[in-house]
Amino acid sequence: MHTRHPISENLDRLIACRACDLLLDRVIPPPGKVARCPRCHHVLLSNKRNVIDNTLAAAISTAILMVAAVLFPFIALEEAGLQRDASVMDAIGAFASGWSAPLTIAVAAFIVVIPVTRAVALIYALLPLRFGKAPANGAANSFRLAMALKPWSMAEIFIVGVAVALVKVTDLAAVSLGPSFWAFSALILVVVFENSTLCEWTIWRLLDPKKR
Amino acid sequence: MALAGPQETITAREAGLVSCDNCGTLAPLGSRRCARCRASLHSRRPNASQRVWAWLLAGIVCYIPANLYPMLLTSTFGKVSEGTIIGGAIELFEYGAWFVAVIVILASVVIPVAKFVVIAMLMLGIRHGSRLSAHRRMQLYEFTEFIGRWSMVDVFVVAILSALVQLGFIASINPGPAAVCFALSVVFTMLSAQSFDPRMIWDSLEEHPPRVRR
Ligand SMILES: [Zn+2]
Ligand SMILES: [Zn+2]
Repeated sequence: MHTRHPISENLDRLIACRACDLLLDRVIPPPGKVARCPRCHHVLLSNKRNVIDNTLAAAISTAILMVAAVLFPFIALEEAGLQRDASVMDAIGAFASGWSAPLTIAVAAFIVVIPVTRAVALIYALLPLRFGKAPANGAANSFRLAMALKPWSMAEIFIVGVAVALVKVTDLAAVSLGPSFWAFSALILVVVFENSTLCEWTIWRLLDPKKR
Repeated sequence: MALAGPQETITAREAGLVSCDNCGTLAPLGSRRCARCRASLHSRRPNASQRVWAWLLAGIVCYIPANLYPMLLTSTFGKVSEGTIIGGAIELFEYGAWFVAVIVILASVVIPVAKFVVIAMLMLGIRHGSRLSAHRRMQLYEFTEFIGRWSMVDVFVVAILSALVQLGFIASINPGPAAVCFALSVVFTMLSAQSFDPRMIWDSLEEHPPRVRR
């Protein structure tokens, strides 16, 4: 890939690097490969197979796992005959008392509300495309929301926090893990899968009604 | 405008174009909205430096009480002890859980402080030039953006401990004020990194050409 002087009338044949603004000929890489900016090495676009199918699969798995993660018990702690089951809602509610109540809202948002919102937004934006229909009203905004929320979706970070917390309480009490814990753990795999499959540039092109 | 490199390069801005930050569609410079996704168009993120510095300052300000106040309030048999971030990590070391202690130190000290330093360094480098190559600075930026959110681990640890350890008189753990300060610090620093426009690094090369070092 190399740069050439402007300006082609057809802007569609050019692409600018998002990280350094270098103007380049748009070259679609071979299947399964990514195209990088020659100057700063930022990923320009990737040519992954079945982007829509795979992204939808990730979003639907997230939604299902989240339902399981919220409904089932997360962890049980036993000490001197006292048993305590903690659901994820308990973990979220831990901050609810006193002046640190705002943290409750933040933690609930990071580990449940935002991941679920992202999943729903992705499904709404992409499901019609999957069945060869025109994108739904507001599909562009919906996809934009999903991408903007990405750094704030922290289910995978939460599970690392749980692991650290468990080490801290092992001498205090016996701990057993519930189905919700495993649902959260599975979410890590879904996040990794989504990161490897989602090419924003490709999806934006597919969402454009004029260029399909 | 040419940059020393294997071939002549031109940016979208120099070509009179603006690329949509959202979907990557190109439009003539000066267009207000993207024709494809309707996002508003900016060749460079508006007021990027002010925003980066403002969020960074807020992040640093919140990080100070996060270290001074207790993160955890632990009461065992009616006796309350307060644990700071550093205290908690030292306890873990003494307990022999060094792997977890390293995670806690990384999430609560190394990553936040490294983020403050890297963002400030990137901003100063743009204004005054830097000894690091643009490429290296780009890597630092991408790494900072990637790693920053992992600091939130600490807040989740506090949340889980407080949920689990509520055994009445025997033992109970509650969040301390530092947990809130720390969470705010992480959020502000993430916003600072998000406000940063990496294109500023490359633009600044015109004013501050890379210093050749052998
Ligand atoms: Zn680039
Ligand atoms: Zn756009």
